[in-house]
Amino acid sequence: MGRKITIEPVTRVEGHGKVTIRLDDAGKVTQSRFHVVEFRGFERFVQGRPYWEAPVLVQRLCGICPVSHHLAAAKAMDVIVGAGPGKLTATAEKMRRLMHYGQMLQSHALHFFYLSSPDFLLGMDADPAVRNIIGVAALNKDLAVQGVLLRKFGQEIILATAGKKIHGTGAVPGGINKNLSPEERDRFLKGAAPLNIDQMIEWSRAAVELFKDYHRKNKDMVDGFAEFPSNHLSLVRKDGALDFYHGVLRAVDAEGRKVLDDVDYQNYLEVIGEETRSWSYMKFPYLRSLGKTDGWYRVGPLARLNTCDYIPSPLAQKEFEVYKAYTDGKPNNMSLHTHWARLIELLHSAEVIKELLLDKDLQGAKLVKKGKKVAEGVGLIEAPRGTLFHHYRINDDDQITMANLIVSTTNNNEPMNRAVHWVAMNALSEKPEITEGMLNRVEVAIRAYDPCLSCATHAVGRMPLEVTLVDARGNVLQRKVR
Amino acid sequence: MNDIRFTIDGKECLGKPGQTIVEAAKANGVYIPVLCHFEGLKPVGSCRICTVRVGGRFMAACTQPLIEGMAVENTAPDLEDMRKSLIEMLFVEGNHLCPSCEKSGNCELQALAYRYQLMAPRFPYLWPRRDIDASAPLLMLDGNRCIQCLRCVRACRAKDGRKVFAAVDRSHRVKIEVDKKLAAHLSEDQARRAMDICPVGAILRKETGFAVPIGRRKFDRAPIGSDVEKGTGR
Repeated sequence: MGRKITIEPVTRVEGHGKVTIRLDDAGKVTQSRFHVVEFRGFERFVQGRPYWEAPVLVQRLCGICPVSHHLAAAKAMDVIVGAGPGKLTATAEKMRRLMHYGQMLQSHALHFFYLSSPDFLLGMDADPAVRNIIGVAALNKDLAVQGVLLRKFGQEIILATAGKKIHGTGAVPGGINKNLSPEERDRFLKGAAPLNIDQMIEWSRAAVELFKDYHRKNKDMVDGFAEFPSNHLSLVRKDGALDFYHGVLRAVDAEGRKVLDDVDYQNYLEVIGEETRSWSYMKFPYLRSLGKTDGWYRVGPLARLNTCDYIPSPLAQKEFEVYKAYTDGKPNNMSLHTHWARLIELLHSAEVIKELLLDKDLQGAKLVKKGKKVAEGVGLIEAPRGTLFHHYRINDDDQITMANLIVSTTNNNEPMNRAVHWVAMNALSEKPEITEGMLNRVEVAIRAYDPCLSCATHAVGRMPLEVTLVDARGNVLQRKVR
Repeated sequence: MNDIRFTIDGKECLGKPGQTIVEAAKANGVYIPVLCHFEGLKPVGSCRICTVRVGGRFMAACTQPLIEGMAVENTAPDLEDMRKSLIEMLFVEGNHLCPSCEKSGNCELQALAYRYQLMAPRFPYLWPRRDIDASAPLLMLDGNRCIQCLRCVRACRAKDGRKVFAAVDRSHRVKIEVDKKLAAHLSEDQARRAMDICPVGAILRKETGFAVPIGRRKFDRAPIGSDVEKGTGR
């Protein structure tokens, strides 16, 4: 008799989702789906609110990377107040960059150390009761402490730039509301060990080494797990460098051919379409030039290191060269290599933070610039989880009339479904018994994309996930809810 | 004229003839919370946050003139609890979403909620449907946050003395409306004053939100009432 497996909730991810896998009488997988079952409606209730409120309001989508929403909305509002790309003061742009790279540091540290490292350090089949950050601390206290303090350092940077560690108010349309005082700067540059930027760079390097070492020892698994070809999309700096704050849209296919290049994101609607499907609240974006079937793409660390030409900081660039050499310079389509890419980005973030802290522009007094107001603006940013789109229109009374948000995790919707399907086919199909470890592999595949399901549906709440096993007649045979 | 002797919670105080209890208390370093009252405006005693007890009777301290020998109760537990419940009622009968409100940190209602340690209201939220009028060039009026204190109605006037704001309707349906013709010609100073006179985030000078960073806003620097209690409010 056929079966249906439900994994609900998916754990160690942000938000609320579930997986269903259908098997036929022979136990062969016939269908697998990753559903996101939250709904929030931010795009609707932001309507009528004044445009300058959006950066503070919409960041409430998320408690993990609110800075991304805050800055993407602020960038859209920059356009609306006539201070779009390139027009902000040096102090404003660099303060926002510092805020954003601080966030990348904390979010990537959170994801690797808290959410994903238990799978690698303790094993995918380890007892779920110990397969968590506490288990990691019991195994390697120093490593767990490094993860916690890397995150803390990033949060402190956000506090100094946005006024609060979570949901601050730093960015305003056309600029920023504070600069960085010399005291704040010195605390990050020369703070008592371990909370100073040199220590963070060192620990970030060690984290990259940790993953490389794990990879060397588990090459076949890491390379083969949920490996599938796809397109990749991100912002890159005009000269092709990795840039999390600003750039032009670039997309490459699985072979590295450029599908999009040098696209001004104000015109994103011309190149990106969105499809809805009945079984998920999360939309499915695609590249219009390739169509709905073939145009899906990945975003996030893996995609960014596939689209960019180089990393503009020395230590991360060195690691990037090693990383690229592994695939002979071709795009990397191995899902678990996302962790490798993420840790290289962690190192890059720490290096950029140091570079910014040494920049005297951060103590500048010119914070806001405005020009001729227009009725529409688009703001894009590379959030920790990938490209984030914010698009707003306002009326003559300064009220928002339309908002469209395409969140990083939404961009990764199809890839996460593919990854789940890969695991279903390779780990669950035609097996006599379904173990907890097998189900965790489904989650490992999802977790590699560091999804934030609350953001993706613009939904509230923590992220439980369920897996359901259904038979050929639709009867639920096994359901895991955590 | 001679000073008036009175006590607040047993503390010996001196006041001037013509002073209200709120004014005299402030001069003696005692804070009595107010919302509908604003220094320089004729008090109306409508919000009742300033309620004190004198001789067993409740009275609005912002309107009650000082009388020789008065024994004012200000911080009795039942009075404080009543004030807290008034703050709670103001929260539930409007749509006060502090996390995204630009008046956060400068809002008197929010500051009082912190002072009275309001964690969650004991009354059900009413979630009323309220309007936003953003048609004036410099001002936005957000009815969601209005507590009908009428400070704007009393304080904001055009050059010819006409009122810029007015209360429309009665009872729980009362709402503040702006005179669109007058609002269209407000100066920068008038618009700023209208925003500053509003104790909450109902009247906003457009396009200036969030300009002051967290940590430097009015009540980040000093909790509400602390200036009076430290003696700087004299």
